[in-house]
Amino acid sequence: MVQKPAGPRALFDKLWDSHAIVTREDGQTLLWVDRHFVHEGSFHAFNKLKERDSRVARPDLTFGIADHYVPTRRSGRAIDPTIRSMLEQLERNTSENDVMLFGLNDPRQGIVHVVGPEQGLTLPGLLIVCGDSHTSTHGAFGAWGFGIGASEVAHVLMTQTLWQRKPKRMRIAVDGALAPGIGAKDIALSVIARIGADGAQGHAVEYAGSAIRGLTIEGRLTLCNLSIEVGARCGMVAPDETTIRYLRDRPFAPKGEDFERAAEDWMRLPTDEDAAFDREVALNASEIAPIVTWGVSPEDALPITMAVPNPETIEDAGKAAQVRDAIAYMDLKPGQKLTDIRIDRVFIGSCTNSRIEDLRAAAKVIAGRKAKVPGLVSPGSSLVKQQAEAEGLDRIFQEAGLEWVESGCSMCVGMNGDIVQPGERCASTTNRNFKGRQGPGARTHLMSPAMVAAAAVTGHLADVRPLIEERS
Amino acid sequence: MQPFQRLTAIACPLPFANIDTDQLIPARFMKRSRAEGYGGYLLHDMRFADDGAERVDFPLNRPEFKNAQIVVARRNFGAGSSREAAVYALVDYGIRCVVAPSFGDIFASNAVNNGLLPARVDESQAEVLIRMLENGVAKLSVDLDAQTITASEMSIPFHVDPVWRMKLLNGWDDIDLTLSQTDAIARFAAADAGRRPWAVPQSPSR
Ligand code: SF4
Repeated sequence: MVQKPAGPRALFDKLWDSHAIVTREDGQTLLWVDRHFVHEGSFHAFNKLKERDSRVARPDLTFGIADHYVPTRRSGRAIDPTIRSMLEQLERNTSENDVMLFGLNDPRQGIVHVVGPEQGLTLPGLLIVCGDSHTSTHGAFGAWGFGIGASEVAHVLMTQTLWQRKPKRMRIAVDGALAPGIGAKDIALSVIARIGADGAQGHAVEYAGSAIRGLTIEGRLTLCNLSIEVGARCGMVAPDETTIRYLRDRPFAPKGEDFERAAEDWMRLPTDEDAAFDREVALNASEIAPIVTWGVSPEDALPITMAVPNPETIEDAGKAAQVRDAIAYMDLKPGQKLTDIRIDRVFIGSCTNSRIEDLRAAAKVIAGRKAKVPGLVSPGSSLVKQQAEAEGLDRIFQEAGLEWVESGCSMCVGMNGDIVQPGERCASTTNRNFKGRQGPGARTHLMSPAMVAAAAVTGHLADVRPLIEERS
Repeated sequence: MQPFQRLTAIACPLPFANIDTDQLIPARFMKRSRAEGYGGYLLHDMRFADDGAERVDFPLNRPEFKNAQIVVARRNFGAGSSREAAVYALVDYGIRCVVAPSFGDIFASNAVNNGLLPARVDESQAEVLIRMLENGVAKLSVDLDAQTITASEMSIPFHVDPVWRMKLLNGWDDIDLTLSQTDAIARFAAADAGRRPWAVPQSPSR
């Protein structure tokens, strides 16, 4: 093991030190991987394994999940043959390697970044990788999660390790109280708007401050999920009582005495006082308003009370070109009020905002109202779906006119066929408003579940706050 | 992996910021096997109109940039999804070097694992290169050992992580390096089981 450096350490330093196997002269460090999630898209990596006549080194630490391609309308319908073959390929690759699979028909199936935490596979202090950039989500527990490409997936499958160079550390502190109706999604979009979609490249981010401490695990998952949208290597929140409470009695978490011992270790993970960060960013929670994106990068985010920017008033030629291009793709007008943007459909789902708390927040706004546009609600896992149905949320969505479907990545990425039609505009709880992300020619506006609900019932981008006030 | 040392080739300007991996290869093409080649899907929805015809005004489709092996883009190239298919699309198309002011971290490491050089330059110099390419300079020379990009008389430095530079220069593959550490890995795993007994998943009682 690598020598522990003396002096105060940040949460990230502690995670780094406890996973370093060897460090080369050039600074590359071989790291131990505690959990590895694979999905339908991991077939390139399994093919590399076969080329080398190799097998999965640690099937006990590897878990398969069917999420990216799964159909969300399942009962009694035939599955598209190309999608079926993606699912079967995953079944084959995992079973041939004795890897456990949460497959299409498993009652625990769902989106990898929802299922891992829900099942207690995600724990504080772990290094977690997956061939998916939103693996940063797992940082909500004080774990170190990051996305990797197929070559790296193959490397982890074969060796349970990965070479990395230590990233820099950035602390994003959010202090103060959030106004009613403002959630983790608004914090995250505010951060992205502030520092840019590449603002944290090469950095491990720790979220701190009273507003973060006040977030539930669900909120922290949303926040850490979006770390990749500022380009960060990972994002994390130090474990605390909220974390411990969430994890107790989760299926794959330690039990009894073992849990208590683990919890003691976890409570030693938070950043030491006086630990150094390479960069500090501070936000005042009370200044955060409901945020929506207007353009084609998550950094194109503004409070709902604002207007589409005018490229003519932007001095930087590159930036002006970017804004012009985004406005053209999104079919908007410079200076147009954001609340004047009409939408064609809504989507509530994805690893960013599909947990029970997200569904409750949306249902609270929608209850007793009618949606003016069609839309899809896809819970993050089959267990979330079950719980939502037990609480009657499914009926609230359906009575408003929205479709209540099974769990999967669905309209976040459109791989399973749930797409936004060309030229259509969608208010979405997802994480990427890239051109064509939700389908060729689709136009995406990102926002919180409560804000999507507000858009659904008004038919345009709307401030959720008055809709909540009417209720209280 | 094919080593990268020096390359003189046609360079195509892509004067856009945030060219994300969803644009580099739209998700709907990712079900296909790599054996079919991913080059045809590179920047598919930017290169082709809805009816499948080439958009004549898109830089890669212009006659002077056909056969480009280098592209020069604006900031945050390759942001987004971890799909290595984005790199496969570039490589299968014939691109061996991307020049930009910044890259998505995951994209950049995927690139290096496939012998594709992510060369980082100052934002102002990316603009200079883009202007030159748009005004008739067709070729750039990239020297990885010297870390320079030369065009006509001008030479500008670029940055690449020193470890990546060695990997690319030599065409090294991580896995061979790691297999030489098998004993160290086994020792670590044994000691770690004592230090962090809670780190292994428990079997759910059901
Ligand atoms: S929900 Fe979207 S972002 Fe999340 S894992 Fe699935 S495709 Fe990726």
